[in-house]
Amino acid sequence: MKHTLSVLVENKPGVLNRISGLFARRGFNIDSLAVGETEDPKYSRMTITVDGQDQPLEQVTKQLHKLINVIKITDLDPATSVDRELVMVKVKADAANRSEIMQIAEIFRAKIIDVSKTMLVVEVTGTREKVGAIMKLLRPFGIVELVRTGRIAMSRGTELT
Amino acid sequence: MNGATAILESLRREGVEVVFGYPGGSVIPLYDALYDFEIDHILTRHEQGAVHAADGYARASGKVGVCIATSGPGATNLTTGIANAYLDSVPLVAITGQVRTNLIGTDAFQEADIHGITLPIVKHSYLVKNAAELPAVLHEAFYIARTGRPGPVVVDIPVDLTLTDIDYDPEGAQKIDLPGYRPTVKGHPKQIKAAAQAIAEAERPVIFAGGGVISSGGSEQLRELALYAHIPVTTSLTGIGSFPEDHEELSLGMLGMHGTRYANYAVTNCDLILGVGVRFDDRVTGRIAAFAPGAKVVHVDVDPAEISKNVAVDVPIVGDAKSVLADLLVQLKKHELSPERHLPWMRQVADWKKSHPMTVRREENGEIMPEFVVKTISDITKGEAVICTEVGQNQMWAAQYSRITRPRHFISSGGLGTMGFGFPASIGAKIARPDATVIDIAGDGSFQMNIQELGTAMNYRIPVKVCILNNQYLGMVRQWQDLFWNKRYSATCIACQPDFVKLAEAYGAQGFRATRADEVEEVLRIAFASDEPAVIDIRVKREANVWPMVPAGGAIDQMLGEEDR
Repeated sequence: MKHTLSVLVENKPGVLNRISGLFARRGFNIDSLAVGETEDPKYSRMTITVDGQDQPLEQVTKQLHKLINVIKITDLDPATSVDRELVMVKVKADAANRSEIMQIAEIFRAKIIDVSKTMLVVEVTGTREKVGAIMKLLRPFGIVELVRTGRIAMSRGTELT
Repeated sequence: MNGATAILESLRREGVEVVFGYPGGSVIPLYDALYDFEIDHILTRHEQGAVHAADGYARASGKVGVCIATSGPGATNLTTGIANAYLDSVPLVAITGQVRTNLIGTDAFQEADIHGITLPIVKHSYLVKNAAELPAVLHEAFYIARTGRPGPVVVDIPVDLTLTDIDYDPEGAQKIDLPGYRPTVKGHPKQIKAAAQAIAEAERPVIFAGGGVISSGGSEQLRELALYAHIPVTTSLTGIGSFPEDHEELSLGMLGMHGTRYANYAVTNCDLILGVGVRFDDRVTGRIAAFAPGAKVVHVDVDPAEISKNVAVDVPIVGDAKSVLADLLVQLKKHELSPERHLPWMRQVADWKKSHPMTVRREENGEIMPEFVVKTISDITKGEAVICTEVGQNQMWAAQYSRITRPRHFISSGGLGTMGFGFPASIGAKIARPDATVIDIAGDGSFQMNIQELGTAMNYRIPVKVCILNNQYLGMVRQWQDLFWNKRYSATCIACQPDFVKLAEAYGAQGFRATRADEVEEVLRIAFASDEPAVIDIRVKREANVWPMVPAGGAIDQMLGEEDR
C-alpha cells in the first residue's frame, strides 16, 4: 500500500540528504518527494510517498523521528486528506488535432501553457488518478516529455497536518 | 577571540578535561590554541586510536569522549570508531578539520565529505559554515551526544572559521533550542503500573539488562529491583556489570550465542522477560521465533525505535532505564511480593546453574586454556579491574569468565565488533580511571590492528596491561571454519607474528610471556604490580574454542558444547 508521509523538518542544509538516505538504508523506495518552505521559513515540509507493502512503515517512521531536524511526521489517510500533483506534459499537436487536445484539457481543467507549431505544453493539477486519466487520453497523440512535482498533501478540515 | 579558542572555551565549559587527537593541516590553528589551553591532549599514533580512546574514556567515566582529527584521511580514519560508538550508544564528540570554506566541493587537498560519509553512523552532525555559530554548535553537540540514547556527534569545521574572530557570548551559546529533539526520560505511569502487574503475576520471570542500564547510571536501581522482586538477571555483552556477577543466586551471566546455558534456558522457559536498556540484537536472540516463546515481554528503552524492532513487545515503556526502574520498584512494592511465589522457578534456575556450570579448565595436553587466564586475571584483581577486550574469542572468554561486579568495568565493542578497539579503549579508560587497574584482554590478531598505540601508552606513561591470549589464529573465524566449514582454515592462521615481548621492550614498555599454566599467575601479578605499560604474551591452546555456542540462526536453548563434537 502506498503511504503519503508529511514530514515537518527544520529548514537546514543537509536535512533532505539525511531523510532520503534513511529511506534507502532501511530498504524503502521513495516514489515521489516534494519539499518546500512552510508558512514559517524556519521549517520545510516534505511530502513523501513510499510503498509500505514489503515491510511495515513503523520502523522507518520511528527512525525518522530520531533525526534531530525532524519535528513531526504524519502518515496521511487518503480519506481525511487532500493531495495534488502538478504535471507538465509536452504533446505532439498539429492543426488537425490541436482543438481536440484543447477540449480534453478543458474537461480536466488543465491549461495550455505553451503552444508551438507541432507541440502543446499542458499543465495538469490534480490527484494521481486524475493525472493518470488525462495522460491516458493524451498518450495517443504522442507524449514527448513529462515532468511532475511529486505529490503534496494536507489534512482536511481544521485538523493540522 | 578566534574560532579555535572559542571551540576550546566551549569544550572547557562542557567540563572537558582531556581530548584525544592527531594534528594535520586543517586543524593547525586549533592545535595552536590548544598549546597553552588548560585541556590535556593525548596524541595517539593513528586517528582510529584517538576515537577508540575517546570511546573507552566515555564508557569508563560516563562523560562525553572527545577526539580531534584533521580533514580528509584524518577524518576518514575516525569512521570505524564513530560507527563503533554509534552501535554501542557511546557519547562522543568528534571534531574534524575541513578545508577552507571557499575550497569545499573542489576536491581540494585532503578534502573529504566527512559529514556525508558519516551520515548513517552518527546521532547527529554539523558542517559549520559560520564561525559565530561555533560555540552554540559545540554545546548542542555535547547535549545531543549525552542525552536520550547517547551517541556520536560529528562537528566538521573548515579551517578558516578557526581563524575568524568572533564575539563570544558563552551564556547565549549554551542555550539549547532543539524543537525536534525531546527525549522521553520518565516512563508513562500507566505502562509502569502494567509492567508491575505483569511482574507480580509472573511465575517464571527473568530480567535481561543491557548497556542502557549502565549508561543511564541505573545499576543500583536494577539491583534493588531484582533483589526486591527476587528475579534472576542475565545481561547482554554491553550490559555486563549492570548487575553484580558475584550474586550467586540471581546472576545468570551473559545471554545469547556464547552466553551461559542457564541464562539461555531461563530466557527460553520464562513466562516474563523484563528487558531494560537492551535492543534484542541477533547475537542475543538467535532464531527470533524460538526466543522466549512463552514470555510476556516488558521492554524499557529510551529509544522508541527499539521497542518491537526485533521482538514483539507486550508492555512497552519508553524512558530512561534508571528513572523507569526506580518508578517500577515503587509500583512493585505495592504488590507485596513474597519470595515464595515462584519457588519452583527459582529451584529450576538453580538446578540449571548447578548442572551446566561455566567450568574452567587450566590446561590441556600441557597447553594453557584461555579461560584459565581470564579467570586468573579476574581472581588476582578481585574483580575490581576495568576489563577492556578486543573482538573475537578473546572477547567471549573475557565476557564469560571475568567476574564483573560494577558498572563501567567491562568495556567491549558490542554492536560493531571492532577488532583493534580494546587497546586504545583501555588507554582512554585508564585516563578516566587512573586509580584502577586497566587490562586489555586481547587476541594476537586484534592487538596487531592498533598495536601502534604502544607509542601513546609510552608517551604518556599510561600503564595499561595488554594480556594477549595468543593462539596465532584469527580464532573466532577459525572456530567457525572448524565447526561449520570443514576445518578449511582459509586466511586465519597468523603464526607469522612479532615477538610481542621484544616489541613491547622496543617501545620501552615491559614484556612478559607465559607458555605454561603454572607461569600464568606469577607473570600477571608482576605485570599488574608495575607502573609501566605492559604486554603479556600468553601462549594458549591454539585450537581452543569458545563454549557453549549457539550456531548462527539457531534457537538459544540449542547450544553446542565441546561434548557435542
